[in-house]
Amino acid sequence: MTNTMTTRRKSNLTRGQLPKYTPWVVVAAAVVLAAAIMTLVGFSAFGWGVLAAILFTVGLTGISAAVEGARQAKDKLATCLVFGSFLIALLPLISVIWTVLVNGIPGLTFDFLFYSMNGVTGQFDDAAAAGEAPVVGGVYHAIVGTLLMTLWATLISVPVGLLAAVYLVEYSEGGRLAKAITFFVDVMTGIPSIVAGLFAVAFFAVVFGPGTKTGIVAAVALSVLMIPVVVRSTEEMLRIVPNELREASYALGVRKWRTITKVVIPTAISGIASGVTLAIARVVGETAPILVTAGFATSINFNVFSGWMASLPTFIYTQIITPTSPSNPDPSAQRAWAAALLLIILVMLLNLAARLIARFFAPKTGR
Amino acid sequence: MSKQTSRAGDRIFSTTALMAGVLILVVLFSVAVFLLIQALPAFFADPSEITGGEGFWSYIWPIIVGTVIAAAIALILATPVALGVALFISHYAPRRLSQGLGYVIDLLAAIPSVIYGVWGITFLAVQLEPMYEWLAEYAGWIPIFAGPASATGKTMLTAGIVLAVMILPIITSISREIFLQTPKLHEEAALALGATRWEMIRMTVIPFGRPGVISAVMLGLGRALGETMAVALVLSTGPLILSLIQTGNSTIAAEIALNYPEAYGLRLAELIAAGLLLFIITLAVNMVARWVITRNKDFSGANA
Repeated sequence: MTNTMTTRRKSNLTRGQLPKYTPWVVVAAAVVLAAAIMTLVGFSAFGWGVLAAILFTVGLTGISAAVEGARQAKDKLATCLVFGSFLIALLPLISVIWTVLVNGIPGLTFDFLFYSMNGVTGQFDDAAAAGEAPVVGGVYHAIVGTLLMTLWATLISVPVGLLAAVYLVEYSEGGRLAKAITFFVDVMTGIPSIVAGLFAVAFFAVVFGPGTKTGIVAAVALSVLMIPVVVRSTEEMLRIVPNELREASYALGVRKWRTITKVVIPTAISGIASGVTLAIARVVGETAPILVTAGFATSINFNVFSGWMASLPTFIYTQIITPTSPSNPDPSAQRAWAAALLLIILVMLLNLAARLIARFFAPKTGR
Repeated sequence: MSKQTSRAGDRIFSTTALMAGVLILVVLFSVAVFLLIQALPAFFADPSEITGGEGFWSYIWPIIVGTVIAAAIALILATPVALGVALFISHYAPRRLSQGLGYVIDLLAAIPSVIYGVWGITFLAVQLEPMYEWLAEYAGWIPIFAGPASATGKTMLTAGIVLAVMILPIITSISREIFLQTPKLHEEAALALGATRWEMIRMTVIPFGRPGVISAVMLGLGRALGETMAVALVLSTGPLILSLIQTGNSTIAAEIALNYPEAYGLRLAELIAAGLLLFIITLAVNMVARWVITRNKDFSGANA
């Protein structure tokens, strides 16, 4: 008895277990072995990483199977696969952001932000590609279009979404209509964005005649995508407002609609604003609905009710698909990447803003 | 007097709220109606006038099959990784880090689809092209890898990989929520019986989360079916072929996006009809997925 206490390492309980440092040893061995194999077949950093990961998984599982038995080996294998899948998921994220940064930074200049593509023809791009002139043209018109169309989409969807959420939480009392609305709002979040665009086109074609391509059509298409997001987030926020607040307000003789507008919504406003910001972040990058509804413009248009409008995503798309100068696509590609960088920055800022709003404007509990 | 106005205010406000709720149902319904109105000419046109000259259905059929193939590739690639990531965040990552890591994966969902498309066409397609040549040479006897491989890498498989990246965060975020709701007592009971972590996950987390995971995968499928820009940019479209590494195939959304700017008259009606079909297909997929979620909500034990 005392013998087993003093020599704990060899006790029955811990026998057949690998020491804690085993994974690190296997990592080192796998990295070295992978490097050796890669130098034989031709070195590449990516292949090295992949090979090292595979060798590590096989090695650790094998050693574990030999020492600890099949059950522990399976557990080790599962752990390796789970960690591996997380690393695999990170690869495209890093790759996308890196590619956009590397390709986008050279084109992102002051002139790029404050000039439109009006009057920029293939000749300018040919000259730029030949090194005789700088790359001209910019995204000012696309920024204006994106901001205006998103603004109008927000103006349409926030009142509708907010009121629908108020109905669901405050008035419906869980009736059949409320269940149907909740269900179809969820279903609506899955509508393909291009279908939303086609709906807006078909709607305006029936009402105002075919061929209507203006900013407001795009705004309607974007609101179809935005409303369900606003409803869902607002609904969640209204539901967490404590019932005591409502009851206290009723007890003071305040009408229900005054209670909702003066007590319930102000309490939840930070969460609602955060949800709206996330919804804006979602639609600001939409391409397909704008492509079919607002057409594509190269000049600045401040009027959403007439004429074609550009937007950042459609700017990127058209610069890549139909370069301004077909024989020299590089200046167009540079503009597309710079616009892509701008768009990513915009979306990330909106996401960040949503989190900050939720954190710093949260209601004071006062306790 | 003030009593009168506030009573009226109550009625006006509740009616407006009800109207907003009903408006959402009306919008969803009118999506179908307006698309149908604009698509009708394509269904009743003389078959020889439709693109391809053999009527609408034989025009749209290969494109529907292409859409399903692209979505299937995306699902096959994304589902295992997404579930791994969800398990990583819910059960493997250090507790302190797991929320932050969840945000990182959510960033994948925040990147606009057109940027994935541009990334796919300029970076991924170029990187994958040598692999396609290798596949065509050594695995060419499998029909889906039949050569000659596309020299640009702009193939169905590339499009499927880009789609897989785009649907990964959807599947991950829903599965993660479900996995986190596994009753703690079940997990602890399994561990107390001597189960390893993986055995605990297989015995408690996976059976508990299965319906949620199924609906998460279906929501991912809905997104993959309807995704437009990534496919429109990455795939160089063509007629339906079996090989995934040659130029060819198309999806409904890409077909619409690529042909819409020049379309008018009957061609426009064809594209809107294609959009209507896409709407019906994604609506069905989404409804089944949501139905599975709501049906299991009450019995999941999550509220207990």
